[in-house]
Amino acid sequence: MKKMGDMLLKREAFSEIVMGNTAIVRAMVEAGTRVVSAYPGSPTPEIASAIQSIPKGDRPFYFEFSTNEKVATEIAYGAAVNGHLSTVFFKSVGLNVAADTFVQLSLMNIIGGMVVVLGDDPGANSSQNEQDNRHYARMSFTPVLEPADPAEVYRFYLEATRLSQKHRMPVILRLTTHVCHAKERVAFGPWNPVPPNDTPRFDPANGAYIPLTTQAIEQKRAALARLGQVRQWAEKTELNRFVDNGNTARGVITMGLPFLSLMEVLDGSSSKPDILKLAYVHPLPREKIIHFLSSHQEVKILEELDDVAENQIKAMAFDQQLPVKIIGKTGLEDWIGEYTPDKVHLLLATIWPDMIQSSQTAEADDPAPHRPPQMCPGCGHRSAFHAIKQALAPTDITVADIGCHTLGFLPPYEMGQLLMCMGASTAIGSGLRLFNTSRKVVAFMGDSTFFHAALPGIINAIFNRHPITLILMENGTTAMTGHQDHPASGKNFNEATDKIPVRQVMEGLGVKHIFEVDTYQQAKLTEMVLEATSIDEFSVVIARHPCMLKFTREQRKNPNYRQKQVAIDQGVCERIHACIEIFGCPTFTRDTAGKVTINTDLCIGDGSCIQTCPTKAIVPAGKKDKGGAA
Amino acid sequence: MKAFSIYLTGVGGQGIGLISEIILRAADHAGHRVKSVDTHGLAQRGGIVVSQIRMGDTVFSPLIPSGQADLVISLERHEALRAAGTVLKDRACLIYYNTVWQPLPVRLNQAAEVTENDIRDLCRGRGIQVISVFQTDLPDIRMQNMAVLSEIHRHGLIPGIDRKHYQAAMADLMSGAMLEENRGLFDKRLTT
Repeated sequence: MKKMGDMLLKREAFSEIVMGNTAIVRAMVEAGTRVVSAYPGSPTPEIASAIQSIPKGDRPFYFEFSTNEKVATEIAYGAAVNGHLSTVFFKSVGLNVAADTFVQLSLMNIIGGMVVVLGDDPGANSSQNEQDNRHYARMSFTPVLEPADPAEVYRFYLEATRLSQKHRMPVILRLTTHVCHAKERVAFGPWNPVPPNDTPRFDPANGAYIPLTTQAIEQKRAALARLGQVRQWAEKTELNRFVDNGNTARGVITMGLPFLSLMEVLDGSSSKPDILKLAYVHPLPREKIIHFLSSHQEVKILEELDDVAENQIKAMAFDQQLPVKIIGKTGLEDWIGEYTPDKVHLLLATIWPDMIQSSQTAEADDPAPHRPPQMCPGCGHRSAFHAIKQALAPTDITVADIGCHTLGFLPPYEMGQLLMCMGASTAIGSGLRLFNTSRKVVAFMGDSTFFHAALPGIINAIFNRHPITLILMENGTTAMTGHQDHPASGKNFNEATDKIPVRQVMEGLGVKHIFEVDTYQQAKLTEMVLEATSIDEFSVVIARHPCMLKFTREQRKNPNYRQKQVAIDQGVCERIHACIEIFGCPTFTRDTAGKVTINTDLCIGDGSCIQTCPTKAIVPAGKKDKGGAA
Repeated sequence: MKAFSIYLTGVGGQGIGLISEIILRAADHAGHRVKSVDTHGLAQRGGIVVSQIRMGDTVFSPLIPSGQADLVISLERHEALRAAGTVLKDRACLIYYNTVWQPLPVRLNQAAEVTENDIRDLCRGRGIQVISVFQTDLPDIRMQNMAVLSEIHRHGLIPGIDRKHYQAAMADLMSGAMLEENRGLFDKRLTT
């Protein structure tokens, strides 16, 4: 078996099949990156998996999962002003959390160099929006490199570190979902480890590091000057690509993954536009673009999401009074979704129908019933929602937060009727409670999110006396993103650490009414929620059960582990279907006659369903199923 | 070689990632230019998992243009119908593991469960070859993917990949008992 950790530390040059998220870790090793920090979020967690494949003692850099993206950014910044080349990575919307710190970075003299790796998510595959983070780059005068595939992820990261070290400024490497998760053979360079210089090199004289009063203005001036130098380099870099198809009439300016879609669509076409693929999407290489515009009659700006490049390129053409026709976004749909080969085909067929014929066949209808994601068999959240629902009136208001428990909004539970972002539920719930005495308000929160961004909202609820109930769905891990540890786990990425128990934090904050129960004790949980919501003060219910996906995976590693299951006692079952329609575990399967059986591929035998059957027809398999197990 | 596009699908937890990476690496061992992409999303929570593999010298994007898959590999019956209906070329091939993980609308009695006949009917009209795989005595449901992989090889569904390439790919990704068990199952189906 090929060990990823060994591969990532090879001294000699080699090539290997890797995903973008792995390629970047080899680039970190080769670049001499010394400090890496992150908060888990799709599409980036596999970067940490690759880091974890290198044994801690052999890892040439420090890595941590910080409590949130802002903290992670501050860790990387602090290390970088001490002279260490650093990197922080997180998902698209993580930049909103990090923003307060991030927007200041370019004002600082970052002597060690710092790369900010963003996992943007066109198509909102696993995010609450598809925000285009190039806007932040423009606002903060931060350069952005945008690779299209794993080979470019590797090369562009190395470029970003060189640039960042040279100009002592932050540089963004903007990845997107299908760049992070694409796999291909990538050729890597050799690694010649240089003993790191761990001298703390922070010196206020390197600053200014205090952006106050007139100094902030000077720092902005310096940031703009640095950005100007990067623009000059962006003109020359060999990372830009020009595809010369000998077409003086038509050209396309593009970047990132849409470039590959474009090449795909043009393959086999008899006439093709010239293509300028940009490596730097901020700042744009002005001279290069003007030259391209000047040498074509029509230029299509093919950019995913927003018209960030388009507006700048149109301004260049205006300033230069160029006669070129620039085709940008033509309709609402051009702003939306990933620029897949299908999408690019449609765009080109609309503007250049003589070159790209529109697809003859309409997109086929999906012939199968849709399949929404759902909570796993045995999930403690399912038991929780099942029990909590019984304690609330249909008019009561439930506020969701980010995490696996968000899926409670789906039928049959429909718990969690609003969702915003990490940690927002308590304060949104508090707002919903104002002038509202007739409808109870219950907010949900995961335990990783509790530490990430929930504390200010909770403190506010205590401080300003908002009488809502917060239900803390504690599963002991950061489940949605792949079971990363969090501050209550007693373990960080590298070692055992002191637990910060959720309950003690609540008590320390002064929460007077705290209830606590394992979610499999459904009747007790219902009772507690009834009691908590009847108190006219802020109350908390800790609804606890370990993530069963993680738990079962760990159990399977034990050679003596035997899979348990439940069965339906068909002699007792009255086909009321509470197991399917109210409790809703995916293990329960219904045939056309309404008979309920157990999907033995799925059942983990947790037994949390047994208490939900009004006729007691769910039994442990192999025990008293007198009617014959299904 | 001419472009050849493989669309793999199933439900989170079925082992799409492993079978996809074995095929990707087998194609590479066989000397093909190849790239792939996985769609993870919320797959771990019982949603749909998709992996796309594209072989050939003229392939640029890892994403298969709609209706252009040469082969669909599904580890579940509903997902087999969905992929055959939405991404597969006419006169191409569908291979699927014949198990059912009922999606929510089926369990809630709002939609009918997809049957083997549904798949046959859809594919017959479009000249699609259908191979259904099922093995009653699997030691572990997580080996359904290996039963399918073995049939893919037995029927020669992916051009230019030999047994030794699949075996080398498995050895890249697994070791010890897991490798033995999976390779054992792969080989056993080829000889029976």
